[in-house]
Amino acid sequence: KEKERETMFAAENGLKGDPRLEAISAAIRVVPNFPKKGIMFQDITTLLLDHKAFKHTIDIFVDRYKDMQISVVAGVEARGFMFGPSIALAIGAKFVPLRKPGKLPGKVISESYELEYGHDRLEMHVDAVKPLERVIIIDDLVATGGTLSAAISLMESQGAEVVECACVIGLPEVKGQHKLKGKPLYVLVEPSGLDEFC
Amino acid sequence: MSLTIIHLFLLLSPLRKQRIYVQCFSLTMSGNKEEEDPRINGIKTKIRVVTCSVSKIAGIMFQDITTVLLDPKAFKDTIDLFVERYRDNNISVVAGIEARGFLFGPPIALAIGAKFVPLPKPKKLPGETIFEEYELEYGNDRLEMHVGAVEAGDRALVVDDLIATGGTLCAAINLLERVGAEVVECACVIELPELQGRQRLKGKPLCMLVEYR
Repeated sequence: KEKERETMFAAENGLKGDPRLEAISAAIRVVPNFPKKGIMFQDITTLLLDHKAFKHTIDIFVDRYKDMQISVVAGVEARGFMFGPSIALAIGAKFVPLRKPGKLPGKVISESYELEYGHDRLEMHVDAVKPLERVIIIDDLVATGGTLSAAISLMESQGAEVVECACVIGLPEVKGQHKLKGKPLYVLVEPSGLDEFC
Repeated sequence: MSLTIIHLFLLLSPLRKQRIYVQCFSLTMSGNKEEEDPRINGIKTKIRVVTCSVSKIAGIMFQDITTVLLDPKAFKDTIDLFVERYRDNNISVVAGIEARGFLFGPPIALAIGAKFVPLPKPKKLPGETIFEEYELEYGNDRLEMHVGAVEAGDRALVVDDLIATGGTLCAAINLLERVGAEVVECACVIELPELQGRQRLKGKPLCMLVEYR
């Protein structure tokens, strides 16, 4: 099954022509020049306003993971929090938040990752994930894969197995790849078209 | 949902014109005040109380809900309790306060057929926003909301993991009311009643599951 997988997109991995993907894509708003000039920001808050499309998003991930014996869904702060818990609840898994430094109250482990300028860190509670647990990592969007790579490192440092990284949107930098640090990547849609929002 | 005896009493009583806050889920359908929904205790036992280290606010007891999220049954029960309360209430918006409100709000919104609207700190939202300031111990902070996310006539819930002083919830209520929405209720997993946050909700009712004194 792994050998057949060429790309990360859902449409090329069993969901070709699925009208739900169209609805999800249409619900995502593009905001030009945020957070700075030249960036076409993919705004998923409009997806969250569209109950049907939001439900489709969760349903597609749930259908994919419910029979894969996943015991942990980890979500990257903060937009990963908007998708991860609903998936975890539906598949009977734990939800583990991965947060910016200083937010989690208990003892944490951390992993740094590169930003365009400088570094940031991702933290996780030390007791959240046990060895041999099967983990899905969720974020709204994957660009360079830096944050997800840090998340994978956190999981592996605890002896857990990352089964897949899942995102709603995948940017061109990652297109054509379907693995991150050797882990499969699964993405629902490409970035939405230019400036549709009125 | 059928009314309990206590609900009927409150409806008929002249006291209803004052601010009566019915503690959620401390009453069963039979109106027996001593009997709590059995799921509540399961949730309460999963909340971890952490004494903050010097690097954070020294000595503060922090109510950590991440351990609830680690227990699929407790997390599901938390969401189910709120969903059961709100699903027949024509709620069109669930607004969640960043970041822990994002953990509970979307599952509730999905289950009751409502929109989810995040209310984060400044500079997180990419589109046009409005903001509301609230007081911290030292200085102020702000909550923001996208223009157009909530419309006049929307019936809204505000969700956060915990209510302490009520400052952020009050700011959220203000944001929603400014665009013409009706805030039906605030919903929190935990209340710290000694901080009297309930008094700062502009008369809006609070539903909470667990209180810490």
